[in-house]
Amino acid sequence: MSDIQDRTRKIVVEHLGVEEDKVTENASFIDDLGADSLDTVELVMAFEEEFGIEIPDDAAETIQTFGDAVKFIKEAV
Amino acid sequence: MTAGLMAGKRGLIMGLANDKSIAWGIAKACADQGAELAFSYQGEALLKRVGPLAESLGSDIVLPCDVSDGESIDKLFADLKERWGKLDFLVHAIGFSDKNELRGRYIDTSRNNFAMSMDISVFSFTAICRRAAAMMPDGGSLLTMTYYGAERVMPHYNVMGVCKAALEASVRYIAEDLGRDGIRCNAISAGPIKTLAASGIGDFRYIMKWNEYNSPLRRNVTIEDVGKSALYLLSDLGSGVTGEVHHVDSGYHVVGMKALDAPDMTYDKKE
Repeated sequence: MSDIQDRTRKIVVEHLGVEEDKVTENASFIDDLGADSLDTVELVMAFEEEFGIEIPDDAAETIQTFGDAVKFIKEAV
Repeated sequence: MTAGLMAGKRGLIMGLANDKSIAWGIAKACADQGAELAFSYQGEALLKRVGPLAESLGSDIVLPCDVSDGESIDKLFADLKERWGKLDFLVHAIGFSDKNELRGRYIDTSRNNFAMSMDISVFSFTAICRRAAAMMPDGGSLLTMTYYGAERVMPHYNVMGVCKAALEASVRYIAEDLGRDGIRCNAISAGPIKTLAASGIGDFRYIMKWNEYNSPLRRNVTIEDVGKSALYLLSDLGSGVTGEVHHVDSGYHVVGMKALDAPDMTYDKKE
């Protein structure tokens, strides 16, 4: 479980170039972590690749925070 | 090391978004063979991505261009002319449609989106080729990107299929217009590749799986595959080739029905 969280965090840290401790449960990719609209699409693509899952568009739109992402990925893998 | 296929050639790459882009596969292949590259981008969000990639290939020419605006294209080529004087090749990897119209039925496409998609995905190539040709006194090579959805109906491709059909037709007319000046114009019809742009196309993963199971090579193509074929068309290896739509799709375009060994793939609407 925490493995998924760590792997997800690693992707976010690497992609957005933010400090690890900024990537908290409620951190919003756009508002708190400085992501632009392309970053959010790229992050979803990176999650799909890392975990071998599929994140459809309408689900991707609901992933706003780091916590949202981890929750979706845990359910999908 | 022997001199590269692209040694001494200068090319402009338009439509690079990130390291998953087809334009990136082509840029890398050209740079590996000694080409000198310039890049155009649209907007700050893309500059942030294109800048570092360009730098990694030793390019410091990264210029803004909004292809829907003629003056912006003029400015791009004026700036490029100041830096380089002449141009040897051009890669156009640009297309756009409202993604809401890349699902459902083609027939429901709106007039506004149709006009915008044609403008950005088709006319831009013609507009750019005209300016690029003016910088190619010694001949050159022009390349754009298309997809099989131009020739046959693919789910969700919709208005982009119509745009790509027009783009392929424009490749033939441009080839004729510029051929006497030693300027070649071709398109690569790549199989589906998971790029940023593809993320706007509905059920893309299903389409990729289908291609993997049913193409003669039984795999999807990569941006490296496209880069290598682009190298042929952009370098002197392709010196006798113009007006061509070259398929880099694991052979999918020759297939008539599902491969017998391909697993059944039920379309699950919810995914």
